[in-house]
Amino acid sequence: MRYVLLLLVALILLGTGSFVWFAWHSSIAPIAPPDRASFDPGAIARGARLAALGDCISCHTVPGGAPFAGGRAVQTPFGAVYAGNITPDPTTGIGTWSAAAFRRAMHDGVDRAGHQLYPAFPYDHFTRVSDADDADLYAYLATREPVQATNPPNDLSFPLGFRSLIAGWKLLFFRHAAFQPDTTQSAAWNRGAYLVQGLAHCGACHTPRNLLGAEKSGRPLDGGEAQGWSAYALDAAAPAPASWTADTIYDYLRHGWQPRHGVALGPMGEVTHDLAGAPDDDVRAIATYVAAQIGTPRPRSAPPPPPAGGPGEALYHGACAACHEGGRGPPLGGIDLALSSALHAPDPANLADIVVGGIPATGEEPAPIMPGFGAALTDRQIVDLLTWLRARFGAPQPWDGIQAAVQAARDTTALREAAQ
Amino acid sequence: MRLNVNGQVHDIDVDPDTPLLYVLREDLRLNAAKYGCGLGQCGACTVLIDNRPAFSCVTPVVALEDKKIVTLESLGTAEHPGPLQVAFMEEQAAQCGYCIAGMMLRAEALLRRNPSPSDADIRAALLPNLCRCGTHMRILRAVRRAATAMQAAAESNG
Repeated sequence: MRYVLLLLVALILLGTGSFVWFAWHSSIAPIAPPDRASFDPGAIARGARLAALGDCISCHTVPGGAPFAGGRAVQTPFGAVYAGNITPDPTTGIGTWSAAAFRRAMHDGVDRAGHQLYPAFPYDHFTRVSDADDADLYAYLATREPVQATNPPNDLSFPLGFRSLIAGWKLLFFRHAAFQPDTTQSAAWNRGAYLVQGLAHCGACHTPRNLLGAEKSGRPLDGGEAQGWSAYALDAAAPAPASWTADTIYDYLRHGWQPRHGVALGPMGEVTHDLAGAPDDDVRAIATYVAAQIGTPRPRSAPPPPPAGGPGEALYHGACAACHEGGRGPPLGGIDLALSSALHAPDPANLADIVVGGIPATGEEPAPIMPGFGAALTDRQIVDLLTWLRARFGAPQPWDGIQAAVQAARDTTALREAAQ
Repeated sequence: MRLNVNGQVHDIDVDPDTPLLYVLREDLRLNAAKYGCGLGQCGACTVLIDNRPAFSCVTPVVALEDKKIVTLESLGTAEHPGPLQVAFMEEQAAQCGYCIAGMMLRAEALLRRNPSPSDADIRAALLPNLCRCGTHMRILRAVRRAATAMQAAAESNG
């Protein structure tokens, strides 16, 4: 009995000890912020293109705020995590981080001082970024305008404010990885895979997550959620009536909309906007890889017979048909709704967001716009409209939870309008 | 069906999918709201529905029972113009005038919600409405002038 007890105590000590060993990271000595002239201009330029591919600016900038100065809330089911200031300000940014400290954050999810970083910073993907690319990203970020800006403290439910818990999460879900090329595939496919799995971190939104917030293993790109928007599956489950090809995905990523699929909105709208700074070849490579994941579409069952009447029908004819049946496709007219991904998605979140908030005008390139109907229509009317639209143009299965989706869309739209 | 426009209830007999704009102009003879694009893209048809601006050309009347609709006609008359209308005249903000009814109702919705808007607030509020003549700077000035006048009036009354 005594031996059993001793053995148990020893095991507990050993377990705790190895966990502490696993969780503990040394501080990397601070450095004086490096001078711009100390960086190769080529590395800075390459880093700028990589930062566009990773869309760092989207989370690390408050809308309308100083670039990369952080402070934007990343909403998670566990509360809000505020993205860090990654300008080279020595006190509030990463000005005192060496290249090695930056590389460790990307590769291991640990900050310069040795603290664990929350996985809202997607190091589960960034661990695959090559050391050369990390060095270029570092050169780019270290030569941005330093901005002194202190972040609000994270707003997480108890006990998740204790960073040491992240080590346990990592033990369960995080694996260091280097990108493994597939020699049976083309160079473009491999470049796309490297970017999608790594820096572009597409799975952070497009992969479903488990109860502890980790991407489900074995279901990469099978469809997820982001900031109140549904991030569609990018595998065989992609909700696209017209089959995606590498060319149409490229077109969508480059312009933010595609006439036979729809418009990038919400977080994806930010991605396509910021991808403007990414090289053509890399966007084509991403499109090549994603098209291969979606694969050849399965033949679809015949569409259901159009529903007769219902309160949604008159709303459709008065509010939607003028553009969507005008015979003039996007960007000047509305998309043929039988092609819209939003109507074929597994849930009504995105269609609700579009109907309530509309498609705002962005940028200077021609792109579709749509008025929001949140002011003119009540929740009940929007539910009726969405129910009818799904039955008339969408996938055969009716949606559950349209009412909740409409209420959530009102919150999303109010947040967006407040941020303007 | 019944439609509450500028505080008056009207009984109208139209197809439920008829756009509000057609009912305003053809049945109720309220011609301030204009037909521009018919696609909800230009804003000439803007009215207020429960205090919020909406494009009447893409709003079917079936959606509007129990809601309060406000058109430009309720903001004042030629003999007794309201403060927004006075400000638009004083700034000579209209050139062809086609967009102005919509602009004024966007501005009215903004000022009801926010009596002292910043320039950025005014620009954001008027963003959905187009003016082809290019009188934007005058329109901005007119909205600022109206805000100041309305605040001064509120203070002297209060």
